[in-house]
Amino acid sequence: MLEVNKETFEAEVLNAGGAIAVDWWSPQCEPCKELMPEVEAMAGKYGASIKFCKVNVVENRRLALANKVLGLPTFLFFKDGQKVAELAGPEACTPEAIEAELKKLA
Amino acid sequence: MMTEIYDLIIVGGGPAGMTAAIYGARAKMRTLLIEKAKHGGQAATTEEVENWPGAGKTTGPDLMKQFREHTEHLGVEMIKEDVARVDLQGDVKVIETRKGNRYEGRAVILAPGAHPRTLGVKGEGPLRGKGVSYCATCDADFFTELDVVVVGSGDAAVEESLYLTKFCESVTMIVLHPEGTMDANKASQERAYANPKIKYVWQSAIEEIKGDGIVESVVLKHLGTGELTEMPTNGVFIFIGTVPNTEFLKDTGLALDPRGYILADPETMATNLDGVFAAGDARQKWLRQIVTAASDGAIAACAAEKYLAEEEHLRSEVLEPKEPVLAVFWSPASKESLDVLSWAEQANTAAGGTFKLARIDLYKSARLAKRYGVTQVPSVLLFVNGEVVDRLEGNFDEFTHWLTEKTAVAAANRR
Repeated sequence: MLEVNKETFEAEVLNAGGAIAVDWWSPQCEPCKELMPEVEAMAGKYGASIKFCKVNVVENRRLALANKVLGLPTFLFFKDGQKVAELAGPEACTPEAIEAELKKLA
Repeated sequence: MMTEIYDLIIVGGGPAGMTAAIYGARAKMRTLLIEKAKHGGQAATTEEVENWPGAGKTTGPDLMKQFREHTEHLGVEMIKEDVARVDLQGDVKVIETRKGNRYEGRAVILAPGAHPRTLGVKGEGPLRGKGVSYCATCDADFFTELDVVVVGSGDAAVEESLYLTKFCESVTMIVLHPEGTMDANKASQERAYANPKIKYVWQSAIEEIKGDGIVESVVLKHLGTGELTEMPTNGVFIFIGTVPNTEFLKDTGLALDPRGYILADPETMATNLDGVFAAGDARQKWLRQIVTAASDGAIAACAAEKYLAEEEHLRSEVLEPKEPVLAVFWSPASKESLDVLSWAEQANTAAGGTFKLARIDLYKSARLAKRYGVTQVPSVLLFVNGEVVDRLEGNFDEFTHWLTEKTAVAAANRR
């Protein structure tokens, strides 16, 4: 998964085109860390058609707020620079829900 | 292929489940621990922990990491799966996971824990993860130098408020009770009152959470006057208790209370189903803490061990022998029962040892006694091929005669 930050987000996500999934996380967020291996596995599975990025919100708080990310974990799904779907909060971010969005996006 | 049957399967890897696993492993039970997400359960997302004896001031994630390492170190088999369906009624309990795997165990400890209760007000659902949060450790960072409200006044609400003050400009607690009354422990209350960043709105409840995409304000209702006021805020943290994770246990024959908590004997953690025990926050109980979850886990594991020993004893001594079994329920306190034991032994030997004798101490095997409807000592049950075919209770004046008769029947059947 590609680690993006406030400097690279625009180029790697907004202007990159195609299907992109962005995992917003922080080192304090236990549910985020717990999800990470499964998201990595999905990155392997869907990596050919979807680009996987992650943002550590502790270092990129403004970027998170600009994207209206105010809770963790959050997954945003982009298609050609447009946000098309979102999963926010630990209840919404189940591996099943994430995979369902990926299938729609791919 | 024969599936291996575990001695003990534990559902849930929070403090209750991990403690049960530690006791299970130390009792040399073949133990499987199933956890769907993060080991540590709710404790793993609780930042400040100051009441785990011996640890002083620690954090939930640190403490749960130690629990997990301890459990792993003892060789407990741990798998990460989500339990979908259980069949708990038979001698062998079956646990099926969402991945479609099937596990079998002779005893089960249910420690599925609980999750935060939602307020159920307008705006809460759509703004979840958009300023509405149930996890301060996860989301506090976002609210650095911002203003938040905390709903609730129990231990979790007060302790998480204190944690939030490390980030936020202000933390306003919305408390149902009149001024000066909170549900939290006194030590935490005093720390909250001493913290200049924590403010209070007393005797009030949230009526609605408002915001366009992210939280912007809350509508508060004063419970005395009914007056509504709108208060701007950046975040709403909700700590108003929990809901047990027992959805998968409905309609399994397991007794739950109307709110979904598992009903278990507080003395032994035994549920209404044989060989099924409950531990931790999902159990109906008075105090839900890491330390009481651990206590439940220890008791449940020891009770499960005792259950397995009894079952094993029952199988090898009573149910599985080829010859008919004369089970004598006795108690050291009943002289008559001791006499019956000794008569049974003498008469059986004299008649050529037709029966295998099984001694069952009524009080040590109360559950077993209950299963066979034995309420007094002495009682004598005659088992053939694992089934009760005859019984003698109450009056033992004719015991020798009864035994002679049964010996003759058994001898006739053998011919």
